[in-house]
Amino acid sequence: MSDVTVQFFASLREDLGKDRMTIPLDHSLSVSDLVIKICAAGDTAWQSALDSPDILVAVNQTLVERAHEVQPGDEVAFLPPVTGG
Amino acid sequence: MKFSRAMKSLSFRRLQGAEMAAQIRISVQPEDFDIGLETAALAIAGTGGVNSFLGVVRHQNDNADVRCLRLEHYPGMTEAQIQTIIEEAESRWDVLAATVIHRIGDLYPGDQIVFVGVASTHRGDAFNACEFIIDFLKTRATFWKKEFTPDSDRWLTTRQTDLDTASAWQASEADPH
Repeated sequence: MSDVTVQFFASLREDLGKDRMTIPLDHSLSVSDLVIKICAAGDTAWQSALDSPDILVAVNQTLVERAHEVQPGDEVAFLPPVTGG
Repeated sequence: MKFSRAMKSLSFRRLQGAEMAAQIRISVQPEDFDIGLETAALAIAGTGGVNSFLGVVRHQNDNADVRCLRLEHYPGMTEAQIQTIIEEAESRWDVLAATVIHRIGDLYPGDQIVFVGVASTHRGDAFNACEFIIDFLKTRATFWKKEFTPDSDRWLTTRQTDLDTASAWQASEADPH
């Protein structure tokens, strides 16, 4: 069993009222399945915000698709649309 | 003989130049920066020319007075993305040195936000690489801006024009010149 660190940035952090959480994990699972676990541990109302196609997902600081398999110990981040420069 | 030796020496220098990796400086920081010093450092690193872009907090946005702009990033990932953007520019144009400084935290109208500077042997490459880097910083690097006006505050979203500009660069991938 190894924790997955989950981070929420910018508008998403404010919408959820949380910047990070840890999810215990003993096997790999898809990002989509991780979202279900996150909502079960946090709030089921988060589901629509986290499932939004506008929200990108990074695993260990690399952008991934929702089907990507998250491993125990990974760092997962949910990223709203970026506005740099 | 003399001519041939000179040619040999020239092609050797060219080869060295092609193999030499660009000098890259990336900093994401709350502190302000000195564009004079940054430009001078690029001028020393390069020969030919330096082109730079300076982003400044606007006083008005969408007809509202801007009081404050709060910037945040994803430490580690953002810097790696900037490195990738610069390397992409380096693969398209002759880049001898490149600097990207992006500020985070609370900034106010008139404050400097971002500096992009590129040193190159030729001005065309310096102009193009600089424009490419700032265009991709807007759409591909994990920065977020929250704008505070007298009436409200809001997270800014990516402008369609910025997305279109970045897409145009991608479309030109096959023929960067």
